[in-house]
Amino acid sequence: MSKIIIDIKDLKRNFIVGEETVHALRGISFSIKEGEFVTIMGASGSGKSTLLNQLGCLDTPSSGEYLLDGHSVGDMDKNERSTIRNRKIGFVFQSYNLLPKTTALENVELPLLYNPSYSMKERKEKSQAALEAVGLGDRLYHKSNQMSGGQMQRVAIARALVNDPVLILADEATGNLDSRTAYEIIVLLQELYKKGRTIIFVTHNPDLAAFSSRNIVLRDGKIIKDSLNEKIESAKVALEKLPKQED
Amino acid sequence: MNIGNLIKISLRALANNKMRAFLTMLGIIIGVASVITMLAIGQGSKISIQSQISEMGSNMLMIQPGAGMMGGVRQSASNMQSLKMEDYNSIRDNVSYISQISPSVSSSGQFIFGANNYPASISGVNTEYPDIRKLTINEGNMFTDQQIKSAAKVCVIGQTIITNLFTNGEDPIGKIIRFNKIPFTVIGTLNAKGYNSMGMDQDNIVLAPYTTIQKRILAITYIQGIFASATTEGVTDKATDQISTILRTNHKLKATDDDDFNIRSQEELSSMLTSTSDMMTILLACIAGISLLVGGIGIMNIMYVSVKERTREIGLRMSIGAKGKDILAQFLIEAILISFTGGIIGVIFGVGASIIVNVALSWPVSVLPYSVLLSFLVCTVTGVFFGWYPAKTASELDPIEALRYE
Ligand SMILES: Nc1ncnc2c1ncn2[C@@H]1O[C@H](COP(=O)(O)OP(=O)(O)OP(=O)(O)O)[C@@H](O)[C@H]1O
Ligand SMILES: [Mg+2]
Repeated sequence: MSKIIIDIKDLKRNFIVGEETVHALRGISFSIKEGEFVTIMGASGSGKSTLLNQLGCLDTPSSGEYLLDGHSVGDMDKNERSTIRNRKIGFVFQSYNLLPKTTALENVELPLLYNPSYSMKERKEKSQAALEAVGLGDRLYHKSNQMSGGQMQRVAIARALVNDPVLILADEATGNLDSRTAYEIIVLLQELYKKGRTIIFVTHNPDLAAFSSRNIVLRDGKIIKDSLNEKIESAKVALEKLPKQED
Repeated sequence: MNIGNLIKISLRALANNKMRAFLTMLGIIIGVASVITMLAIGQGSKISIQSQISEMGSNMLMIQPGAGMMGGVRQSASNMQSLKMEDYNSIRDNVSYISQISPSVSSSGQFIFGANNYPASISGVNTEYPDIRKLTINEGNMFTDQQIKSAAKVCVIGQTIITNLFTNGEDPIGKIIRFNKIPFTVIGTLNAKGYNSMGMDQDNIVLAPYTTIQKRILAITYIQGIFASATTEGVTDKATDQISTILRTNHKLKATDDDDFNIRSQEELSSMLTSTSDMMTILLACIAGISLLVGGIGIMNIMYVSVKERTREIGLRMSIGAKGKDILAQFLIEAILISFTGGIIGVIFGVGASIIVNVALSWPVSVLPYSVLLSFLVCTVTGVFFGWYPAKTASELDPIEALRYE
C-alpha cells in the first residue's frame, strides 16, 4: 500500500461575480496515492483549472477538506501555504510562466532561492540536474526569450521538479504546443512517472488519457467518471508513430 | 528566508531588465538634478546681488535736492538749486556719524580723444569720493585738494572710457581728452568694477574736481548732490536724522513744510535689493517645489507602472513558494537600489550641470547642501514608496489572481 498524497472531501469553490454565484466546484471528493499519474479531463468550464489550483494551494476552497501529504491545507495560513508550495508542489502552467530575459538555470533555481536550506552549490547542482533530466543539459544559459515553446515548457517542468516535490501539477501543459512537442512532453512526464513521481495532468485532449494510470472526468464541477487505466500506452511509441514532418 | 538570497533575487531581477531599471532610474536622476541646478542658479544670483551691494558700500548716503514742491511743481533734481556748498560744509562739520563726504555735480556730453569720441557724463567730486563709492585707483593718481582749489582741468577715468577713447592701446595717463571742447588731462585710471545689480556700468565714469565742473562747465555755484559715508552701517539712520535737521535749519523750513531734499541710504537700496533677491529665492523655491512635485509624480508613475506590470511575475514567484514578505523585500531592495543609485547620479549631474552653467554661461551659481539633501530625499523616498506600494498590493493577492493579472 503506497501512501496517500492527496485526500479531498466535498471540496467546493464558488466565485461571486456581481450578483451571481458561479459554482465552479460543487463538491469533489477523491484521494490520490503516491506514484499515480492522473489525467483530469472535461469540457471547457467544467472546473479543471479550479480544481488543480486548489490542489496546488494557489487558491482556497469555499468549503471542504484537503489533506496534502498528511497536512490539512484548510488550517494553514498564507505563509504556510507558500512553504507547502515551495517544498511539496511543482506546478507547470499552460503559458510556461518563466521569468523573462532570464537564463534557464536561473529560472529553475528560483524555487530553491526561496528555500534557505539550500546552499549556492546545491542550488546550482540540483538545477543543472533537473535541466539535464528534461533534456536541456546543453541549454543552461539560454535565456527564456531565446527558446522555443517546447523548450520553455521543459524549463518549466525542470523548475517544477527541482525542489523534489511530492506532487507535480500540470494545467494544459501541452496546450500551447504542436502535437509532436506535446508528445515529447508526455514522454518526459511518463519518465517521471516511472521514477515514482505523482503527477496530475489536466488536458483537453482525450488522446492523452491513454498515457496515464488514472482518468478523472469533470462536468459542471462534479466528477462524472473516475477510472483506472489498466493498459498504459507508451508515449514514446506513439511519438515514433507520428509522422516525422507535419505540413 | 535569508537576506542573502533576497538580495540575489533582486540583483538578478535588475540585471535581467537593465533597460527597465535604467528608465526608472532616469526619472529619479532628472528629478534630483533639475532641483539642485535650479536652486544653485537662484542662490548664485542672490549671493552675487548681495556681494554687489556690499561692494557699493552699504553705509553710503546720497543727498539730493528734490521731493519738495516749487509752486506745486515737482522739480527734477538737477534743476533744483537748493543744495549749496554751505550745506555741504555744515554737514561735514556737524554730523558726527559721517566719516567721508563729497559734494557732487555732473554734466554729460561728448568726450573726444584724437579721432574717437564717446558720450558720457563727468562727475565733479572731491578727494574722498572714491572711498565713498569703493572705487580704487589703478594707475596714476587721484587729483588733490590743491587741484580742487585751483579748479584744475584734470580727470580720473574708468575702464569703459579707456576702451572707448584709447582704442590703440595708448597709455591714457598724461593724455589730454576733451569734454565739450574743454581739455582735461588724464591723471589717473580706476580699477574695473563691472556692472552693478541694476545693470549700470560702473566703469563708465569720469571724475574731476567739483570746482572745475562748477566753474568751467556748468557755471553754477550750487551743488547737485552730496555723497557721504556713515561711520558704520548701523548708524546710517542717525546720520540721516542729523543731516535732515541741519538741512531743514539751513533751508529755513517750517515744521509744516516738506523736506526740499531727500536722503537715500544704501541700506534702503540694499533692503530693496535683498527683497528682490528674496522674491527670487521664493520664486525659485516655487519652481523647485513644482519640479520636485512633477519629478515626484514622474517617479511615482514609472515606479508604479513598472511594478504593476510585474504582477504576473509576483504571482509566479508566489506560486513557487515566495511569501508575501519575500516579495515585499525583493521589491523594496530593488526600489532602494534604483532610487539611491538614481539619487546619487542625480546629485552628480545636478552639481555638474550647475558647474557647466557657471562656466559656459558665466552665471553665478551656488549649490546648496539643503537642496541636495531635499531633492535626494524627496525623490528617493517617492521612488522607494511607489516601488514598494504596488508590490505590497500584489503580494496580498492570492497567487492565482496575481498570475491572471493582465
Ligand atoms: N476567478 C474566477 N472568477 C469567477 N469565475 C471563475 C473564476 N475562475 C473560474 N471561474 C468559473 O469557474 C468555472 C470553471 O472554470 P475553470 O477555469 O476551472 O474551467 P476549466 O475546466 O479549466 O476550463 P478550460 O478547459 O477552458 O480551461 C467556469 O465557469 C469559470 O467561469
Ligand atoms: Mg483551465
